[in-house]
Amino acid sequence: MQHSVSIKDLSLNFGNVKVLQHLDLDIGQGEFIVLLGPSGCGKSTLLNCIAGLLDVSEGQIFIGGKNVTWEEPKDRGIGMVFQSYALYPQMSVERNLSFGLRVSGMKKDEIEKRVSRAAEILQIGPLLQRKPANLSGGQRQRVAIGRALVRDVDVFLFDEPLSNLDAKLRSDLRVEIKRLHQRLKNTMIYVTHDQIEALTLADRIAVMKGGVIQQLDTPHVIYNRPVNLYVAGFIGSPSMNFFEGSLAGGAEPVFTANDGTKISARGYKFDVAPNTAVTPAVLGVRPEHVVIGEGAKSMTFQTEIEIEIVEPMGSDTLAWTSIAGQSVTFRCDSDVPLATGQKMLAGFDVERGSLFNAETTNRL
Amino acid sequence: MSNIEASGPKPRSFFTTSRIVTYSVLLIAAMYYLFPLYVMITTSLKGMPEVRLGNIFAPPMEVTFAPWVKAWDSACTGLYCEGLKPGFWNSVKITVPSTIISVLIAAVNGYALVNWRFKGSEIFFTVLLFGSFIPYQVMLYPLVIITAQLKVFGTLQGVVLIHTIFGMPILTLLFRNYFASLPQELFKAARVDGAGFWRIFFEIMVPMSLPIFVVAIILQVTGIWNDFLFGVVFAGTTNYPMTVQLNNIVNSVQGVQEYNVNMAATILTGAVPLIVYFISGKWFVRGIAAGAVKG
Repeated sequence: MQHSVSIKDLSLNFGNVKVLQHLDLDIGQGEFIVLLGPSGCGKSTLLNCIAGLLDVSEGQIFIGGKNVTWEEPKDRGIGMVFQSYALYPQMSVERNLSFGLRVSGMKKDEIEKRVSRAAEILQIGPLLQRKPANLSGGQRQRVAIGRALVRDVDVFLFDEPLSNLDAKLRSDLRVEIKRLHQRLKNTMIYVTHDQIEALTLADRIAVMKGGVIQQLDTPHVIYNRPVNLYVAGFIGSPSMNFFEGSLAGGAEPVFTANDGTKISARGYKFDVAPNTAVTPAVLGVRPEHVVIGEGAKSMTFQTEIEIEIVEPMGSDTLAWTSIAGQSVTFRCDSDVPLATGQKMLAGFDVERGSLFNAETTNRL
Repeated sequence: MSNIEASGPKPRSFFTTSRIVTYSVLLIAAMYYLFPLYVMITTSLKGMPEVRLGNIFAPPMEVTFAPWVKAWDSACTGLYCEGLKPGFWNSVKITVPSTIISVLIAAVNGYALVNWRFKGSEIFFTVLLFGSFIPYQVMLYPLVIITAQLKVFGTLQGVVLIHTIFGMPILTLLFRNYFASLPQELFKAARVDGAGFWRIFFEIMVPMSLPIFVVAIILQVTGIWNDFLFGVVFAGTTNYPMTVQLNNIVNSVQGVQEYNVNMAATILTGAVPLIVYFISGKWFVRGIAAGAVKG
């Protein structure tokens, strides 16, 4: 299959600082890829390399099958949307949209056609004569997307486009970007530190840390089968509950928490079959996989808990407790009455959780 | 007072101690600077007999503009008696091209240093900055030799060249800091749009840089207008700027010292920077603040 964007053994160093290290990434035609990671993980740097705004130290970048490693940004067939919108302040919206086309010396009627098409898609027609200063944040970002749109490129690059917007607008524009992708079917590479954006938008997510892609997979796999402790802890809010202890392999694998609590790992799908020796391990359980009350009785692990803190979130309720000597959060329906100090039965299936090697931090 | 219930804005007395102290200090400082100006203006409006009375602080009893006319038109510098007039035009001929050329070059320098980093651009900038700390006197003699070799010594072009070179460090620093304070993403967006070095400079950067251009122009106009050293060394006798001519008028020791004419000539010479500051004060402060935030 022809890859839309292909990154081969890419490295970037700023002096002695290694920002990106031997990175490989193949992105399919029309795919929506999200680069997700904390600030300083190199995700924006990678995007700038793809755009041609930074020279790479090693490796190659292919876009549409063409080696563009040494090409200028304008010759790469990309459009880019920035966090700060980066609209030219002294130009009207229309001139902002047409700037790139005017630079390339395109004919006037063709420019007009493209601008009006972009304005129609993004519903910014009435704003065309305004200056960026007279637009709201959401409108500005739409114009910024439009600037990429008029260039009629194969690949869209988004550099945290929604981070400057307030929560409400962010979720609105998120849906709009998804709709845009479904309509245009362009390849999109989207950088964010917001996991909700990543999970909702992406066909595949690349979780990055320290200039290395930790895991590249669909949102579902990333969320449910994280490859290592880092990904497990980074994705999910509130984050996964971790139990430190050890794992005894064999036909009936058992996880023993540090305080001696034994938790059966029956039914857990190991990536690598564990040997019978006892190895230090970490068990991770998502808050929503902890079940309380009647439902807990069917779980492979059950225990009595006491509620410590209750946080009602509206749609659901978060509660803090402790299991096997570790602080644990769980999520339950907001209609379930919970009170501090209340005692109840709770349980979970290790099958839905994740087991990690405590030393390598990799998934077992 | 004590039985009024607190509501609305808190009443404040105008004459607080801190306010009185602040205003007194400001007043004294203002007088310190304005008093010489007052003396100059009053003296320049007096006739010679009145000046001879020696009451320099007294206002003129009989206002006359004759000293101003003489200073401008017929005061003597050694052999010539043409007043400050030729000096004024020389200063214009020196200041205008020097300002335009130096500001334009410095703007491009600053832009390139921020947005088009090249290998060694930081070192280049450091060297340039270092240049602004070297005393002029050190460079004077070598520059005389160089300009003589270039056959521009003692010409208008020569003095313009010197002013352009010496304006470079501080102006480049000014523009570099200003461009560094503009969002980098604008530059990136323009590059993705396919614009090149000059296109980004003229269509994106310059329209956003009006305040810093104003500051740079003010700095250069006042600096070059007030310059004495380079004018007297490099301009050549026929091209002496106004400052040098003023010096020659004041120091020519034929006959009596016409204090009123000297005062008028001095005010005339200082008028240009003074007017520039008055007109552009607001812009100046705004631009200085904008350029100074990031280093």
